[in-house]
Order: sequence, then C-alpha cells, then structure tokens
Amino acid sequence: MLTFLLKRLALLLPTFIGITLVAFFLIRLVPGDPIEVMVGERRLDPEAHARLVQQMGLDRPLWVQYGHYVKQTLSGDLGTSIVSREPVSLEFAALFPATVELALCALLLALVVGLSLGALAAIRRGTLVDQGVMGLATVGYSMPIFWWGLVLIMLFSVDLGWTPVSGRIAIEYDIETRTGFMLIDSLLSREPGAFVSALRHLLLPALVLGTVPMAVIARMTRSSLLEVLREDYMRTARAKGLSPARVIVVHGLRNALIPVITVVGLQTGALLGGAVLTETIFSWPGIGKWLIDSIARRDYPVVQAGILISALIFIAANLVVDVLYGVADPRIRER
Amino acid sequence: MSAVVSLEAAPPGPLAEFWQGFSANRGALAALIVLALIVLGALFAPWLAPHDPIEQFRQHMLTPPWWQAGGMATYPLGTDELGRCILSRLLHGARISLAIGALSVLMSMIPGVFLGLVAAFHEHTLSPPIMRAMDVLLALPGILLAIIVITILGPGLVNTMIAIAIGALPGYTRLARGAALVERHKEYVTASRVAGAGTLRLMFVTVLPNCLAPLIVNATLSFSSAVLETAALGFLGLGVPAPLPEWGTMLASARDYIARAPWVVTMPGLAILVSVLAINLVGDGLRDALDPRLKRLQ
Repeated sequence: MLTFLLKRLALLLPTFIGITLVAFFLIRLVPGDPIEVMVGERRLDPEAHARLVQQMGLDRPLWVQYGHYVKQTLSGDLGTSIVSREPVSLEFAALFPATVELALCALLLALVVGLSLGALAAIRRGTLVDQGVMGLATVGYSMPIFWWGLVLIMLFSVDLGWTPVSGRIAIEYDIETRTGFMLIDSLLSREPGAFVSALRHLLLPALVLGTVPMAVIARMTRSSLLEVLREDYMRTARAKGLSPARVIVVHGLRNALIPVITVVGLQTGALLGGAVLTETIFSWPGIGKWLIDSIARRDYPVVQAGILISALIFIAANLVVDVLYGVADPRIRER
Repeated sequence: MSAVVSLEAAPPGPLAEFWQGFSANRGALAALIVLALIVLGALFAPWLAPHDPIEQFRQHMLTPPWWQAGGMATYPLGTDELGRCILSRLLHGARISLAIGALSVLMSMIPGVFLGLVAAFHEHTLSPPIMRAMDVLLALPGILLAIIVITILGPGLVNTMIAIAIGALPGYTRLARGAALVERHKEYVTASRVAGAGTLRLMFVTVLPNCLAPLIVNATLSFSSAVLETAALGFLGLGVPAPLPEWGTMLASARDYIARAPWVVTMPGLAILVSVLAINLVGDGLRDALDPRLKRLQ
C-alpha cells in the first residue's frame, strides 16, 4: 500500500511543477509589465519602478525568479493582494470554508438523491420510473447551472419568497467565526433562528452546484447496479431467502459503489468549476467568487494563487480517489 | 434483374448499419431533428430573424412574449432591457454558439489526435513529456482553465474558442493514444510496416481510421461542453463581448430583470439547455451505434 501511495505521489510531481509554471507565467503573460500589473491603476515614477524591479528580483534571470517563486509558495507565502494589501493566504483562509461548506453540502445532496434515484431506476428497469429518472438525469447533466440558479431564484425567492437571494446568513445575525462553517457556527452561537437562516441561504446554492454531480451519480449508480444485479451472488442472496431490501442494499449497492466512487472523485472538478458560477450567482463569499472578482479587478497575485490552490485541491481529490480505489480493490495497487 | 436480387442479398454497408443502430434509439433520433432545426435556424438566421439582433427599439423595452398580456406579434419572444428582439438575438446567437463549438472541437481534435498518435508511436521518447503536459492541463477543471486562458489573452470570440479548445485537448490526446496503443501491435499494422510503410503513414493511414469511433463520440461530448462553457464564460463577462448576441452574455445582462421580466432570463437559458441536451442525446446515439461496448458504461 505504501509503495502504491509513493508511486502515485511521484507521478504528481511533474504535474505540480507544471502547475507552478502556469501560475508563475500567468503574471508575466498578462498584457503589461508585471510591476504595472501588480501596482494596478496607480502611476509610478520611473525611479520607484526601477527600485521595485530590483526589489522583486525581476531583473534576474527567469529561472532564478521561478525558483524563488516555488520556494516562496512551498513556505506558504502566496503573495499580497493588490487591492486589499492583505496576504493572499489570509484572504484564502477566510474564504475557503465557505466554498468547502457549499461543495460538501452539494455533494451530500447529490449523493443522497443520485444514489437513491439511480438505484430506483435500476430496480424498476424499463418502466416509466426508469425512463423518467434517466430523462431527468440527462437534462440535469446538460444543465447550464448559471441559468438553473437564476430560474430557481426566480421561482423560490422572487415568486414564492421562500429562500433568500444571496449571502450566507441574514444580515441581522452577527455570528462569531469559530469553524468557518456557517451551519456549525450558527448552531454554536445559540442565537434563535440563526441556524435556520443559514440553512435557507445554503439550500439553493447547494442544489444548483449539486445538480450535475447528482445526474452523473444517478446514471452511474443505475448502470453499475444493473450489472451487479446480474451476478451469481445476487441470485444466491435471493435464494437464501433474504428480504429484497437487504439483497439490494447490502449485496447490490455495496458492490455497485466502486465505480460510483470514481465518478464522485471526478466530480470534484465539476464542483470547483461550478463553485465559480454558483458563488457568482448567489454572492456566496467563497474562493470561486473571489477568483472571478479578482480577475475583474485585475488583482493578479490573487488570480495566480487561486489557480494554484484550485489545481492543488483537484489533484488532492484525485489522489484521495485513487487511494480509496486502491483500498476498495487491491488489484489496482499492483499496476 | 439479377443485379437487383444480389443487391437485396448483400449485407448492409457500414453506413446503413450505423444508421440502423442510431435510429433504434428514439431519443437520439428526436434529438437529431431538434439539432438539425437549431443548425438550420443558425444558418438562415439573417432571413428568419424578424429584426436586426442589435437594433434597439427603445419604445418597446421589456415587451413580454406574444402569448402574455402586453405581448406583440412582431417580437414573438419579447424584447430585452434595451428593446432588442429576443428571438432575433437567439437565432443569431445560435450561429455564435455553434460556430465556437464546432471550431473549438476542430482546434482541439486535430492537435490532440496528432499528439496522441505521436505519443503512441514513440512510447519511450515523446510519450512521457506529452502525457505529463496533458496531466497539467487536466489538473485544472475545464472552466477554470478557460478562465486562465481568457485572463492572458483577453475576452473575445476567437479567444473563447482557443480557451475551450485547450481545455478539451487532453481528452483527445489520451483517447487517441490509448486506442492507437491497442491497434499498433495488431497484425495488420505489422504487415503494413513490413510492406514498407513509414511511421507517418502507419499513424494516419493505417491506425487512425480504426481509432475513430471513440474520438467521434468524444467530439460530440466536447461539442456540447463547448456550448456550455462558451455560455458560462459569457455569463461571467469573460466570453464574447456585448452587443454580440451570445446566449451566455445575454443571460449576464438579464440578471437584473429577474423579477420584472422573467422571459429575458428564461429564453436564452432554454436555448442553451435545449441545444446542449440535443447534442448530448445525439452523442449517446452515436456511441450506441458506433461502439456497442461503450453502451454499458452509461
């Protein structure tokens, strides 16, 4: 198992170098001189410009600059935001929990609904239920989620007035940040109504972000379970006289889950990309909105760090899936 | 007479066989018709559209669709916040979305397949650097990668295509390499090599035609995600700039009118959803018809 893990990590090294190269060159490829890019709109006299060039080492060869950048990054220094003048790592730490909370809730929703609908479709194969579920899944899979978010806002917020339009919690609550997860913090605050408010704010964004993964999980669960249902051990389980529910859930779903795990891992990418859109629609203060706002403000150090972080999250998620897969199926470790 | 008899006895040609497989899938067939209508709408947009897509009728701002109270027959789907005819914008927008989709598929498929074949035929020399480079591209989710490229190149029609094509590149490279690696060691390739075929000929004439099925299926999938990503970039303000009637860009400017004029939001979104859905369903049908082994995967 350890060699398997080390092998996977070794494979990631070139990817990591590649990503740092992309992030490093981003600031240098954006139109304009890096100093001007970094100081933003304000004017600089040539003397200050020259001093900054020297101070930041921009007069040194590129590979020295790159080495310096990697060293800085590895020590956790992600640079300074042009707009807020705060270290990027601090801003990131403040915003990251919001995105994680949103993504986890979206994934949970997608798993619960996707697994049950997919299993239902497999059990009722060929019926209207199956066709209905698969039709919905195809629509969900094709959904432009930024539009879906607007439609849900139109329906639930504007017409019915059930859910708020934006933010993480109603403005009258002043919740102390302890974990960074609003659902937990609002519970800990013991303020009446705070948790419900946080939950209502989370509902639509989580549904929007969870839609595509939900559809993918439902399709995968159905096809995987259909395959498992044909296996000999399923017939044996039924022949033993086990209840149909037990046969499906314990013998069927458990074995059908392995391909579903892979799909869930692959959905991390969809969640990260979707977070950018979902957070923009719902003004959700997470890293996706931060990234888009920073592009609009031409705050390139933040963009640079955001890209690096997103890629690292994605790589880490894929690594976790690989390892889980190795745990679930020992044959994979041999490869 | 005898010619007719022998024709009837002949096995179906590859095209007929393909059509048989494809048309067995009712959903795919219906989707193909819808897609054909969208393509026709895009092709004939200047003649079908009742108005110029960027002309502003200031006296008719936010007119509802014709079936709603206050709707006008000259603006069948209503007008937007600047009084532009939504139907005309959607029809012209179909040109932009389909053109970006189709061209970005070509721009990723051609270099992607080339790199994949090169990697398959130079397993120990060129394959590792090519595949590691693809890993880097794969380490970023498609839309984020597109956002990076747009940040560097700036927004615009061509840059949107490039951004989307770069994101789709690794898919083609991996598929082409995988398929070519399997084919490469088959006897017909060896026979061709012994007959004196050079590497280039082996790559493109001998092996490539036998790797096409998964590549075609992938092309439809990346076509639909290109349409989605184009719209997403437009929505974020990083895509095709206004006043061009790109569907996502239309949605971005419509956000402020959710409460007052819902049709400004619903129409462009429906256009995106229906197109993407149709392309995906056609893709499903293609997959079933071209490669029955892949059928069980979905």
